[in-house]
Amino acid sequence: MGKSTIIPFGPQHPVLPEPLHLDLVVEDETVIDCIPQIGFVHRGLEKLVETRDYNQFIYVAERICGICAMGHSLGYAETVEALMGVEVPRRAEYLRVIWHELSRIHSHLLWLGLAADAFGFESMFMHCWRLRERVLDIFEKTTGGRVILSVVRVGGVNRDIDDAMLREIVSVLDGIKGDYAKIMNTLLTDTSVKNRTVGVGVISKEAALDLSMVGPFSRASDVPYDVRSFGRGAYGDLSDFQPVTDAQGDCFARVKVRCLEVLQSIEIIKELAAKIPAGDISVAVKGAPAEGAQASNVLEQPRGECYYYARGNGTKYLERMRMRTPTSQNLAGMATALKGCDLADVNMIVLTIDPCISCTER
Amino acid sequence: MGSFKLGGMTFGSLFKKPETTLYPVETKPVPAGLKGHIHNDVEKCILCGICAKTCPCHTITVDKKNRKWAIDPFMCIQCSSCVYACPKDCLRMLPTCTPVSASQFCNVFEVPDPKNPKPAVTPSSPVKWDFSEPDQLGQLEK
Repeated sequence: MGKSTIIPFGPQHPVLPEPLHLDLVVEDETVIDCIPQIGFVHRGLEKLVETRDYNQFIYVAERICGICAMGHSLGYAETVEALMGVEVPRRAEYLRVIWHELSRIHSHLLWLGLAADAFGFESMFMHCWRLRERVLDIFEKTTGGRVILSVVRVGGVNRDIDDAMLREIVSVLDGIKGDYAKIMNTLLTDTSVKNRTVGVGVISKEAALDLSMVGPFSRASDVPYDVRSFGRGAYGDLSDFQPVTDAQGDCFARVKVRCLEVLQSIEIIKELAAKIPAGDISVAVKGAPAEGAQASNVLEQPRGECYYYARGNGTKYLERMRMRTPTSQNLAGMATALKGCDLADVNMIVLTIDPCISCTER
Repeated sequence: MGSFKLGGMTFGSLFKKPETTLYPVETKPVPAGLKGHIHNDVEKCILCGICAKTCPCHTITVDKKNRKWAIDPFMCIQCSSCVYACPKDCLRMLPTCTPVSASQFCNVFEVPDPKNPKPAVTPSSPVKWDFSEPDQLGQLEK
């Protein structure tokens, strides 16, 4: 056993899209401990709820993170609706879920491209981002924005999707599916990918439950927890929804779960596009949350469960808005997964957890 | 073996139209609902100020006394909340983007007074309000 050394990893690192710093305690080539450190992109967005009214804050909420923009605006809007007892029209709920699932596809494809890039698989990185571009084009056509959509409002949504556009979305997704299946098969059957991922960074089911891990990270450790399965909103109208899980708990299982979730999201969108009811897309919301009123909400973001809490003070400005994002839940799991791994595998483990630091720090 | 399957897809891409465009020589067609920049149809505007109250960035200034409606395109986040809030439907989001500029300015629209009609500034050529001139900024705030 050699002398232990601390190696800094990040905040600027080729595999990290966002600034995360890890102090890796290594002995020879083995990581024996990991101390994560965040705080490089803190912007104090939760505090802004005191200076923006509950309608205006939705545009702040969706700027918490570029990839989860739709999820944050949706989670915040649902929380304020629960606070004020607003019932959203069914069509708006369907539209919200369609956009949210599209954002899950684009998030997972972005992650898949980054993971392929970390393997040194440049061509797969480009194929993944080529497919992601189709999803961003759908956003551009339906909402007018590619990343920041600004389409959710308290009480519904701002824009409708007509039947012709819904058919176009389904045909684009069918077009993506063929190419995506080839990419997925490559990733899940290629020997070089398996050599880097199978048996690396294993987290057992018990450890996943102990560490309160969420999202694809926990589902890869056979924890069948997915907020979508609660059946709230338009998710309740799905004929069948089973969380994608895997029992292995290693990097390969995490890759597999995310790969299959893209296909699951495509099926959800297709089913909802076929079932979407006619009607209004929003209701007028007047007044302000009552003093002392509290509401909480959970939403399945692409990276896992995100918890929202809001408290009113009788004015249009909320007293408190709090978000607990999936990555802050998963950081403990990441530190555990890194213990005992080879130094060369740190990249892969960190990436398969898909940390979103902008969300975590807000 | 999986890499060979992907290699087939990559090889096939050689014979397809490129996914990328030669920007700025080529540009993509702009979707109808693209959020570009705000335009005020001054003939309908009643200077009620609801847009300014709704704006999350406080980027709109309504000067009722001098009948001026101004928006700072460099502060605008293209959320369209003013468009949805406008009771007279005089605001709309044009799909063209604000061009790159070396200095910041406000787009000021002069709203004609129905009681005292005078030639209004054409909507296509809004007055450029240069923030480098402190006097102009002071006038707008007044």
